[in-house]
Amino acid sequence: MAFKVKDVNAFYGEKQALKGVSFEIPAKSVTAIIGPSGCGKSTFIRCLNRMNDLVPMFSITGEILYNGTNIYSKGIDVTELRRRIGMVFQKPNPFPKSIYENAAYGLRIQGVNKRNILDKVVEGSLRKAALWDEVKDRLNSSALALSGGQQQRLCIARAIATEPEVILFDEPCSALDPIATAKIEDQITALKQYYTVVIVTHNMQQAARVSEYTGFFMMGELVEFDITRKIFTAPSNKLTEDYITGRFG
Amino acid sequence: MYKRVQRYKERLIEGALFLSALFSIFITGGIIAVLFFETFEFFKEVSIIAFLTDTQWTPLFAEKHFGILPLFAGTFLTTVIAITVALPIGLISAIYLSEYATDRVRTMVKPALEVLAAVPTVVYGYFALLFVTPLLQKIIPDLSGFNALSPGIVMGIMIIPIISSLSEDAMHAVPMGLREGAYALGSTRLQVATRVVVPAAFSGIAASFMLGISRAVGETMIVAIAAGQQPRLTLNPLVPIATVTAYIVQVSLGDTPTGTIEYKTIFAVGISLFVVTFGLNMVSYWFKKKFMEVYE
Repeated sequence: MAFKVKDVNAFYGEKQALKGVSFEIPAKSVTAIIGPSGCGKSTFIRCLNRMNDLVPMFSITGEILYNGTNIYSKGIDVTELRRRIGMVFQKPNPFPKSIYENAAYGLRIQGVNKRNILDKVVEGSLRKAALWDEVKDRLNSSALALSGGQQQRLCIARAIATEPEVILFDEPCSALDPIATAKIEDQITALKQYYTVVIVTHNMQQAARVSEYTGFFMMGELVEFDITRKIFTAPSNKLTEDYITGRFG
Repeated sequence: MYKRVQRYKERLIEGALFLSALFSIFITGGIIAVLFFETFEFFKEVSIIAFLTDTQWTPLFAEKHFGILPLFAGTFLTTVIAITVALPIGLISAIYLSEYATDRVRTMVKPALEVLAAVPTVVYGYFALLFVTPLLQKIIPDLSGFNALSPGIVMGIMIIPIISSLSEDAMHAVPMGLREGAYALGSTRLQVATRVVVPAAFSGIAASFMLGISRAVGETMIVAIAAGQQPRLTLNPLVPIATVTAYIVQVSLGDTPTGTIEYKTIFAVGISLFVVTFGLNMVSYWFKKKFMEVYE
């Protein structure tokens, strides 16, 4: 198990966004989080690398154990935690730097500046993100000149360049066209042999295609968590069934 | 009938708007024309080569020299001192306000900092002459009562809010998504600020910096009061000097008869100053265009 989530409640000011969420996320597999808008799925995934720390007024109770350590306990080095748990966001957010510098950023902030190491890692991560062939001749041009789908794959390359253990995807395809989406989904499937992947998506077909486990959230609560096939064929909860069959959401 | 009246009215309003827009262009054109005309008269009597290469500026003395270099040396010196003070402090306070301060602190500190820009420059001038200079003399005994250092520093203080406020605006406009991306890779706050936010806001920061330089080059009152009004070709900040602007003030005070060569010097000097600040504005415009990052 990569994560053990124990009775997590999360609040934005007075407003409660997560209510008593408990479950376990297995390692080296893809776990999808689905649910209607505003159900708390984004809030949940952003708890896993403490991105919510950046939100003023955010507070959380309960425990999230990562490899046995509560990531919300005192004395946790958040920057170190985030180096081990990478994240790809809803909107592609490459830095206004060259393609090369985007992929090299994670190493640079750790003080790695040796050209031969950076070259190797940049090429390796761009290959893993299936972007190398498209950009190898223009590594020094701006990342902002890439298409949306390429930018998102660059963000994946940027995240895997530092060899994290987990990669979190927060609706990574919602700003992309179907072809770019298919490419990203191939990526995610390929990544699970090396990484623990958690993906938030509002697209149920996507969850069914890429994941092995699925959690269904509604109104801040985890309604059901199980093997993906079971969720989609024989859900044990009526709410899940209604959502899956498209009766709401 | 009614429609036709309406149409005339529209045209009248359009014409009035056009005229008022034209008005400011006319004024600018008029100023430049006067400058050019008087400067032309000046160069009938003084060669342009002497003006640009002579190392003395003594049009008010019996033995007249018209070398503008000493005045530009004075302007250069005070500007460099001012920017040396204003750039680091302005940039650091912008980074603090944009990346570290809570919303409450920012809404309190930013206007307070901007008050610095609202202090009349004549007050800054006397502040430099009567407070900063004596203070500096305790540390540097060789410092003259009039010098470039003290007004330079005070000018720098005056420019801080220009740099900090405009840079902070530029950094604030950097999308939150970029910061999140950097934090998610394990950046510290300082790394987010220096490696992502500052480069992303570079065009705005550079523009604020150029505006600060323009302001320092054009600043008049502080240097006229505290720098000494003695044109001198030197880069020594401890002795009295005169800047381009301070000289113009000196002549404009009224002792110099209209139409004389001394009087015409201020137009030649004025147009030189205009060329420099115009050049700086062009550079700043170019910077902005060249380094502007466009976000969706």
